[in-house]
Amino acid sequence: MNAIEIKNINKSFGDTQAVSDINFSVKKGELFGLIGPDGAGKSTLFKILTTLLIPDEGNATVSGFDTVKDYKRIRKIIGYMPGKFSLYQDLSVQENLNFFATIFGTTIEKNYHLIKDIYVQLEPFKNRRAGKLSGGMKQKLALCCALIHEPEVLFLDEPTTGVDAVSRAEFWEMLKRLKAHGITILVSTPYMDEASLCERIALIQEGKILQIDTPQNITNSYSKPLFEIKSHDFYQLLKDLREEPFTERVEPFGEYLHLTTNSDISSNSISEILEKKGHTQIEINQAIASIEDVFLDLM
Amino acid sequence: MLRIFLAFVKKETFHILRDTRTLVILFGMPIALVLIFGYTVTNEFKDASISIIDQSKDNLSHEFVEHLTASGHFQLTNLPNNINSLDGEFKGGNVKMGIVIPPNFEKDFFKKTPVTIQLITDASEPNYATTLTSYASQMIFSFQKKYSKSAIPPYQIETEIRMMYNPKLIGAYNFIPGVAALILMLISAMMTSLTIAKEKETGTMDLLLVSPLPPMLIILGKIMPYVVLSFIDAVLVFAMGYYIFEVPIHGSLALLLSLSLLYLTVALALGVLISTKAATQQAAMMVSLFTLMLPTMLLSGFMFPIASMPWVLQYISKIVPANYFVQIQQAVMLKGAGWESISHPILILIIMVFVLFAAAWKNFKVIYK
Repeated sequence: MNAIEIKNINKSFGDTQAVSDINFSVKKGELFGLIGPDGAGKSTLFKILTTLLIPDEGNATVSGFDTVKDYKRIRKIIGYMPGKFSLYQDLSVQENLNFFATIFGTTIEKNYHLIKDIYVQLEPFKNRRAGKLSGGMKQKLALCCALIHEPEVLFLDEPTTGVDAVSRAEFWEMLKRLKAHGITILVSTPYMDEASLCERIALIQEGKILQIDTPQNITNSYSKPLFEIKSHDFYQLLKDLREEPFTERVEPFGEYLHLTTNSDISSNSISEILEKKGHTQIEINQAIASIEDVFLDLM
Repeated sequence: MLRIFLAFVKKETFHILRDTRTLVILFGMPIALVLIFGYTVTNEFKDASISIIDQSKDNLSHEFVEHLTASGHFQLTNLPNNINSLDGEFKGGNVKMGIVIPPNFEKDFFKKTPVTIQLITDASEPNYATTLTSYASQMIFSFQKKYSKSAIPPYQIETEIRMMYNPKLIGAYNFIPGVAALILMLISAMMTSLTIAKEKETGTMDLLLVSPLPPMLIILGKIMPYVVLSFIDAVLVFAMGYYIFEVPIHGSLALLLSLSLLYLTVALALGVLISTKAATQQAAMMVSLFTLMLPTMLLSGFMFPIASMPWVLQYISKIVPANYFVQIQQAVMLKGAGWESISHPILILIIMVFVLFAAAWKNFKVIYK
């Protein structure tokens, strides 16, 4: 049995179609990523799966329970971390954790083994009000609160948004450890670089799933010629390349530009063309596609 | 389940105790309102400044002026000799009423020719003006009586007025029930709608709903601390009324307090209903103020008599819970009534509790299935 099964889910708010015809499943114990920009429908899908919204069409199950009919069963076995920091800012770290443990009918001691790795970092601040914590600490506390009742499935809606790079890396380490406990994790993120840390990902855009596969397969599926290029004048290079007939798409990507071409033009010929336009210190290599390249291509 | 419920109450109590603004509203507002109403909203007057324009200046007119000022309620400011100067005095706000004594006052009076004394008031404050003129008329009547004792007119109907339950017409007897109704409505309804809307706004409501808790428990856990606090407020208002403004409680205190609790429940149900509709604290606040505060103040009969309102407002006032609570309080506190004579308003409040909770519950289910 799959941990999450989604069939033909549709949901609209007024005239806005938030998600349309979503189909996918998440295996038990899998770390599954939902990758897409803001407003792609990620949070709506999370709310449907966590029984907070009823889909207009289609159905979904979590651990075999229907999100509409068996919503009470689901609420006992899932952990949910909403996109916005949603804990009581005026309660201390310990009071928040205690409260969420109590309403799930458990205690901190009972499931301490699950949160231990995370909680040791919070311990020095356990009497501090949650509102006074740093972004990274808030996120750790929210994860602790979502985990305290040992859920079978964990829903993390953009857990790393607004969190510094170091804390983000730490957070993904934590998720890997949680996976070792056998917890299924569905995580959404707008950061493409985090996609490669998931076992499988679904690319979502404007309420539609574009592709579902392992990150490796998804990047391998990119069949068009791709180059990374830089020269002495980064901005002029971007402008010039956009005007070339062989250019299908060119986007800044770190210190390089990623250029996708629509014909089999060699890197030498591109280099020659650019030299004629007055570019110097030209560097051009064959590039391996990233999730972002795939995503932009599918859009 | 009880452990969960207590955890909820504890959490909610922390929220209240850690928010100075909430604390000020909870305990500062009742005290401030009672004192403001107690010392400002009153029709009683003392040392009202008046002018007397004596156009006759004879013995009787002097005696009349003496009679008016002896009461101590009027204070003579100056005595201009013509009526025209009165207008200027009114405009300056120095004088509230002018009394004009006609020429030949003494002569006409003893000749039994009808004498007309003019009372001119600044009616830009109508209530005050009415009170002044009625008091002055009484004084004129008693002055006249002093001289007509010997010659009893052949036919005469005398009125004997008894003001039952509030013989001295003390304003506090009226406003303490009104303020109690207002404060309990505001605190219970507004604070509960705010606290629930806050959980929605910050997203914590989603976390609570995704837990195995029954929604009813969430709501009950949230409002329970407010029941206790509003009840303390009720006791506070009654105590201030009793000790500071000497408003008696002739009836059973237990009955009064238990009916206050009933009214609180109505207010809380209203708060919950508002919160099922309002998505943000600001919306909850606006709705509470407009749909609760104004009707409670204006249509509960404590500021303006309902019987003299247009029929539309009279009908609206019938669905204002404060209206019934004011009736109940007046009956129990001032008239010493037992529950059987106020069974009608009690019954209506009980019906309101059920209707409001049913509506709130239905809304809640629509939103969170």
